[in-house]
Amino acid sequence: MRRAAAGEGAGWLRAIAPLTLAVLAGPVVAGLAGVILPAFGYMPALGGAGFSLEPWRELLAWPGLAAAVRLSLTTGIGATVIALALTLLLVAAGQGTRTFRVLVRLIAPVLSVPHAATAFGLAFLIAPSGWIARLTSPWMTGWERPPDLLTVNDPAGLALTLGLVLKELPFLMLMTLAALAQADGLRTREVAETLGYGRIAAWMLVVLPRVYAQIRLPVYAVLAYSMSVVDMALILGPTRPGPLAVVILDWMSDPNLFMRFQAAAAALLLLALVAGALVLWRLAEEGAGALCRLVAMRGMRATALDRPLRPLALGLGAAGAALVLAGLAGLAVWSVAALWRFPDAWPAGLTLRIWQAQSSAIAGAAGITALIGLIATVAALVLVLGWLEAAHRAGRRAPAPAVLPLIYLPLIVPQVVFLPGMQVLALMAGFEGGLVLVMAVHLIFVLPYVFLSLADPWQAWDARAGTVAASLGAGPWRILLTVRLPMLLRPVLTAAAVGFAVSVAQYLPTLLIGAGRVATLTTEAVALAAGGNRRVIGAWALAQMLAPFAGFALALVVPALAFRKRKGMAV
Amino acid sequence: MRLLTAAHALAALIVLPLAASAQEAPPEPENWDAVVEAAQGSRVFWHAWGGDPRINDFIEWVGDELDARHDIDLTHVKLSDTAEAVSRVVAEASAGQDSGGAVDAIWINGANFAQMKENDLLFGPFADDLPNWRYIDTAEHPAITVDFTEPVDGLGAPWALFRMVFEYDSAAVPEPPRDVDALRAWITENPGRFTYPQPPDYLGTSFLKQILYGLVDDPQVLMQPADDADYDAVTEPLWAWLDAVTPDLWRSGRAYPQNEPALGQLLADGEIDIAFSFNPGRASAAIADFELPDTVRTYVFERGTIGNASFISIPYNAANPAGAMVLANFIMSPQAQARAQNPQVLGFQTVLDLDRLPADERARFEALDLGIATLRPEEMGATLPEPHPSWMTRIAQDWQERYGVAE
Repeated sequence: MRRAAAGEGAGWLRAIAPLTLAVLAGPVVAGLAGVILPAFGYMPALGGAGFSLEPWRELLAWPGLAAAVRLSLTTGIGATVIALALTLLLVAAGQGTRTFRVLVRLIAPVLSVPHAATAFGLAFLIAPSGWIARLTSPWMTGWERPPDLLTVNDPAGLALTLGLVLKELPFLMLMTLAALAQADGLRTREVAETLGYGRIAAWMLVVLPRVYAQIRLPVYAVLAYSMSVVDMALILGPTRPGPLAVVILDWMSDPNLFMRFQAAAAALLLLALVAGALVLWRLAEEGAGALCRLVAMRGMRATALDRPLRPLALGLGAAGAALVLAGLAGLAVWSVAALWRFPDAWPAGLTLRIWQAQSSAIAGAAGITALIGLIATVAALVLVLGWLEAAHRAGRRAPAPAVLPLIYLPLIVPQVVFLPGMQVLALMAGFEGGLVLVMAVHLIFVLPYVFLSLADPWQAWDARAGTVAASLGAGPWRILLTVRLPMLLRPVLTAAAVGFAVSVAQYLPTLLIGAGRVATLTTEAVALAAGGNRRVIGAWALAQMLAPFAGFALALVVPALAFRKRKGMAV
Repeated sequence: MRLLTAAHALAALIVLPLAASAQEAPPEPENWDAVVEAAQGSRVFWHAWGGDPRINDFIEWVGDELDARHDIDLTHVKLSDTAEAVSRVVAEASAGQDSGGAVDAIWINGANFAQMKENDLLFGPFADDLPNWRYIDTAEHPAITVDFTEPVDGLGAPWALFRMVFEYDSAAVPEPPRDVDALRAWITENPGRFTYPQPPDYLGTSFLKQILYGLVDDPQVLMQPADDADYDAVTEPLWAWLDAVTPDLWRSGRAYPQNEPALGQLLADGEIDIAFSFNPGRASAAIADFELPDTVRTYVFERGTIGNASFISIPYNAANPAGAMVLANFIMSPQAQARAQNPQVLGFQTVLDLDRLPADERARFEALDLGIATLRPEEMGATLPEPHPSWMTRIAQDWQERYGVAE
């Protein structure tokens, strides 16, 4: 009876799920078509009217292919393995400790540092003429001039892997913590501990199986992202050659327009590599699961693990956060530096010249960035909430597990693979590059993150509050607006902040779909980054970081104000 | 789907005649007054490399001036690579968008220009009809009419001249090497203190051509397409030279800076002692901005260095070619050229022939202090013309195969 009443008048709500999926998957699929055709020689504007395998022959004949492919695999998989291991170890060993609480508070600020800014900060720290060398020279190292050491851009991609780990660790932490809330991780671990298991072993054997099922797709997204990253790889990665994604972008921007065929073929190869790596990862999951079961069956308590691993995990976590924050501090100092020569630890003078010169441009770009981010985020929130509510009223758990991979499609198919094809298709359909189209494309990437952040708290809501309201005569809309949404204000705003941060960070979509006319903080920052002027990069990177940071701050402050008279809602 | 197509066709029927009539009067550059009138109150999208805040500031100033004079709203679309704008035009051409394109003007030269010209993606000829063309002496600066051996044919309006100059810290290097042999010896004696941007970067490949100029017997061979010459024999000494110096380069040649600013940053950080640039005024401007110590100086090779010109070109499908032509004409004006040549602004070399200017306009240039590290015109030595673009392409390709992919 209640269910029938709830379903009333919600017919259009049911249309939201397919609409959301169309918004997510449609452009990706269309963009893929736009890259498959040129990969097989079809692109009439460049005289490619027929189909051929020539692009693939050219690609296979390129001498750097093996190295580029190897790099994409090693840095992508390596960064994912390390970031995931460190995340799990940190949570297993640290949950409930004070250091861990401090680290959790650092997640939001570190997460809101854009990839490019993280990379620049890190590069300046570890370069032979960087801050670490400056602070220790010449009194400790004896270096009067920077040593000729290969730290950044090393051929094995270690600097790039480190940068990726620093950036993906907070994201995986956030996802794991969200999952933990449902898995009741802390108490489960404590029960296992009373049975004599070491803290880490208890967590890995009892809590992890439940948590991993929920963070699996975020891990896949991290793997796909790390294998196809462009901006960080340009700054930190090897150059002879770079990973495959960088090579693709190079070829796409080659003055010789025929390189675009080869680039399309390479993009398909990258897609195949990502797919292959995901399959491999899935197999490794099975293997790791079997290993854990074996350990559990033998009843190994593994208490000896805790003593060395706990300080190691917390130490590495703290060091990671420190690297990101010190890198940002370095950029901040550069933005006000006058002449700053090696080995001076501090600039010879400070000046606000750069900030004065850039402030009006930064303010203009910040306005556009906020506008795009807000509208894309609000649209994503409406779609996600509508979807979840429709499923709730239909009495289902949302989303159906089969749908999840579709939600992740825009995060798993590398941007550099499908965006150029999407650009051509948008043009063919007669869409002018403009703000609205950019917002629509941002929505593709914002929506999955909003969904990820919101789905679990939404389902975890205690439905009894709704039942009470219904028994008092409230209809489904009134329950949604006056009971459920206010109770879920905090997760809704957090999801909005995550979505806003994702929108702020978009580079390729804004550039390609906006026809270069939509200037956001990120597109301007990356264009200036091409100039390598550290002072200007510092100013823009800080501005680029402050935008999402403001979003996270609001997500904290607004519920605190709204609930200041409601003790039960406080955390 | 069918409905959509029908709607499209209907829309096309309604819109096309209007669009056609709007396209009816393509601005004829000969009729300059009509061009200016068409440009009045319009928007111009100038796609130009956005990596240098000094250049960005200059373009902003150009926008302010165009706004004051013609009510033109200039937007600087900041590129990290000029090819992005070329890609954009190609994408539009692929989609059949032959008018109303997103790009009105591109800052361009070299291979990008040659590619667009070859694929008929450029509007014009228009440059010779711009009113300020009369101040230009094409005989004195051949780079204005022949870009990398490709005749410009009026498809690009020149707005700056560039010359390769070497920059060195006179506090660390008392006597810099002034030809290819001396440079090789210097690198061997000072391992780890020299490098060049990684080809196919524009400046990096230009450096290789500069070295090649110093090694060939007859430079004329570089003026013809590389395929017509005995490419292997001509470039053999270049590879030998590189093989000899690579182990003693910065990072032993295992990594390279990615572009001109990255190379300049290495000089600023003291990681290398000698760098180079295509802008003779860059070092002075960087000193003024605290980016380089005031002991940095510039010099050229004894037998001359490569020079070229930058152009403004207009894509064939530009939405506002009239506005783009007004932009091109303004940037060739004595006022804009003198501002660009000021080392506190850009330090670019002007394309104008000072003898053709009225006395008061000439005074703007004569009043300029070129800066502490900038060579005076009589110290600049000979300008070597850019080789045929095919040399750049093949050398960059071979470099990547020899040094760019293997450990």
